[in-house]
Amino acid sequence: MTRIKEFTLPDLGEGLTEGEILKWLVAVGDDIELNQPIVEVETAKAAVEIPAKWAGRVSSLFCEEGAVVAVGSPIIAIDTDPGAGDVPAAPATVDGGQGAAAGRTPVLVGYGPRTTAAKRRPRRAVPEAQAATVRPEPVAPAATPVAVTPPPVSAPPVPARPAVVATPVLAKPPVRKLARDLGVDLRGLAGTGPLGSITREDVQRAVEAATTPARPDVRFDESREQRVPVKGVRKLTAENMVASAFTAPHVTEFLTVDVTRGMRALDRLREQREWRDVRISPLLLVAKGALLALARHPMINSTWAGDTIVVKDYVNLGIAAATERGLIVPTIKDAARLPLRQLADELNELVRTARAGRTTPSDMTGGTFTITNVGVYGVDAGTPILPPGESAILAFGTVREAPWACKGKVKVRQVTTLSLSFDHRIIDGELGSKFLADIGRFLADPEAALLAWS
Amino acid sequence: MPEVAREKPVAQDETLVQLLTPDGERIDRATGPDGTEYSVDFTDDEYRDLYRDLVTVRRLDAEATALQRQGELGIWASLLGQEAAQVGSGRALRPQDMVFPTYREHGVLYCRGIDPIMPLSLFRGVDQGAWDPIKYRFGLYTIVIGAQTLHATGYAMGITKDGKVGGDDGEAVIAYFGDGATSQGDVNEAFIWSAVYTAPVVFFCQNNQYAISEPIERQTRVPLYQRAAGFGFPGVRVDGNDVLATYAVTRHALDHARGGQGPTLIEAYTYRMGAHTTSDDPSRYRPQAETEAWQARDPIARLATFLRRQQIADDAFLAEVDEEARKTAVHLRERVLTMEDPAPGSIFENVYPHGSPLLDEEQARFAQYRQSFEGSAY
Repeated sequence: MTRIKEFTLPDLGEGLTEGEILKWLVAVGDDIELNQPIVEVETAKAAVEIPAKWAGRVSSLFCEEGAVVAVGSPIIAIDTDPGAGDVPAAPATVDGGQGAAAGRTPVLVGYGPRTTAAKRRPRRAVPEAQAATVRPEPVAPAATPVAVTPPPVSAPPVPARPAVVATPVLAKPPVRKLARDLGVDLRGLAGTGPLGSITREDVQRAVEAATTPARPDVRFDESREQRVPVKGVRKLTAENMVASAFTAPHVTEFLTVDVTRGMRALDRLREQREWRDVRISPLLLVAKGALLALARHPMINSTWAGDTIVVKDYVNLGIAAATERGLIVPTIKDAARLPLRQLADELNELVRTARAGRTTPSDMTGGTFTITNVGVYGVDAGTPILPPGESAILAFGTVREAPWACKGKVKVRQVTTLSLSFDHRIIDGELGSKFLADIGRFLADPEAALLAWS
Repeated sequence: MPEVAREKPVAQDETLVQLLTPDGERIDRATGPDGTEYSVDFTDDEYRDLYRDLVTVRRLDAEATALQRQGELGIWASLLGQEAAQVGSGRALRPQDMVFPTYREHGVLYCRGIDPIMPLSLFRGVDQGAWDPIKYRFGLYTIVIGAQTLHATGYAMGITKDGKVGGDDGEAVIAYFGDGATSQGDVNEAFIWSAVYTAPVVFFCQNNQYAISEPIERQTRVPLYQRAAGFGFPGVRVDGNDVLATYAVTRHALDHARGGQGPTLIEAYTYRMGAHTTSDDPSRYRPQAETEAWQARDPIARLATFLRRQQIADDAFLAEVDEEARKTAVHLRERVLTMEDPAPGSIFENVYPHGSPLLDEEQARFAQYRQSFEGSAY
């Protein structure tokens, strides 16, 4: 049994890689007992004293105080039989476990994984067919020890990457799979990962290097596509849009309006005491304008029912809302009968409920006319598709400042665009245009329109 | 968060059950918060045995810590300072009682007569710490904080249904946990179930003042033992560094349980003199002065003082105990160093009681793979 034993720095705290020698508590020549504190070491987790693993005499200290030592490096040598005369010339045994004599090297605790090669026993020579049954799945070339070619005896002086040929390649299974998929031979790569292992990036770099200067392999297949199942609101929306688009012949008209006065009217409304706590949006004005215009043109508020046209006396006003669940159209029931203040309250409540995802199915049925407020996205106009059963839908664009010609002068005014899609089976261009113009007239000067229509 | 004043030092707490003061003065009897009187009546031999247990348990623990520092154990959870809490409660158990430990109950395990080598394979990473809980009347070391209190409660409810509870020879269950675990949902659920079902379980909380680095005042605003009142069963705080009081309180609570009277919460007020585990550095979160103050309350020193003063033991006896403990520790070390690595194929064992087609196939393939190496011994 070797007399001189070297003690290597163990992993003192679950996955540490190094430690700093704070203070030696023994010196060369000291006689020490088993478990006598020999050194203070500080790791990333704690400063601890290491007790001597063997009794004996300190024959050498391998590191200075203040040195940062990698786990697994020898730090002290102890002569375990100092009374037996001079030490023979045999090299010391690095002992992490219970001693080289017993031939055991700990791998489960203390020192982390081995980094050296030559641990593998050679494989039995097996007939090809039998080998195939042993390893039914293809294995990355580098993972097969028998495939490792030993360096030639007359190898030139140590190359830059001596480990490439002689050691089994270190790489995690997903990296091996990636390499196999991309046709990269891991044996030719220099690893940049822990212990020189080959990382995903190493493999990808190798692929890029092989294919440059051409553009990298641009793929247009499912690897860059996402499959979103069609269900719920998306499915319902799709069904409705298809049903509507291919049954009702749509026409869309546009009208750009100077709404400066309308916006001022809203400002005046905000200043009134009873409106103080109410959120007033331009949508309120549009809704009111549409309701008033519907009263003047009842045929807009109707449904095509094959051999009859159902003209409704009530307006269930749909407001299209984008939510996390998708597009939903809750309705304000009998909206034409509501005073403006109540309309505002219902509008605000409807938006709040929709955003909270609490809109019930009954909230979304029975609509007779719908407004979609595309303006909130900064968009001016669109060609909305009719909700099934309705004959017209109004898209309200963003309200923005724009140069506006007025009485021979160009002024900056607040301007918006209205887009009205309608079912040409029921509504001719004339009716649609008059209806749209009425809404525009109301937005342009609400007070004047109210007076004129009263 | 405002700083909370630390609780008063334990010696000034009148609710603390104590039969042996830190100075080694014997108190004849002590009264718990509910009026229960506690006392012990040990023979000289029994006193000496308790001392031997305390010293041996501490010595084995020190050896395990050293083995970790030497790279022979992956980690170790030291019980230093908590020997009396563990030996006092462990010796209060009867053979038929069932223990549900944490991963720090090396002293209780020792008092159950179990070879202390048993849990070391877990800390060495040689196996998963699987032993037969029924054979040893000692559950698996439980790493998940507080989970074992529910296991204990369920087990206690089970033995009640089996008719094993009631009378002097009934069975009782003890669940060990720490102060930190009292903040876990599991522990509170265990309290509720055991209270409602009058389960024969003793909740033995070693309040060692720190949940790793988190001090007790960050875990509770009332003394832990008082929590029991809210769940509807008795709670008592005992000086956990007093092996006599801990024995008396635990014995009483176990008998209460085995007689079918339901659970008790024991708060053994103690101090973890070492680190939470070998991966921890307590100097980073607790003042040196605090540790030194607790040093004066050492569980072994006070019993040694008492034994000497009563002439139950002399220096020769104390030295002999030390030497015996040293030998036991050296023996433990030797056995740790020669632990066999597990056979690679053992990973397939004990997964399903009656096997599984998939696993059997994998096992066969793995065996074949290993056969493919030259010089295979398998």
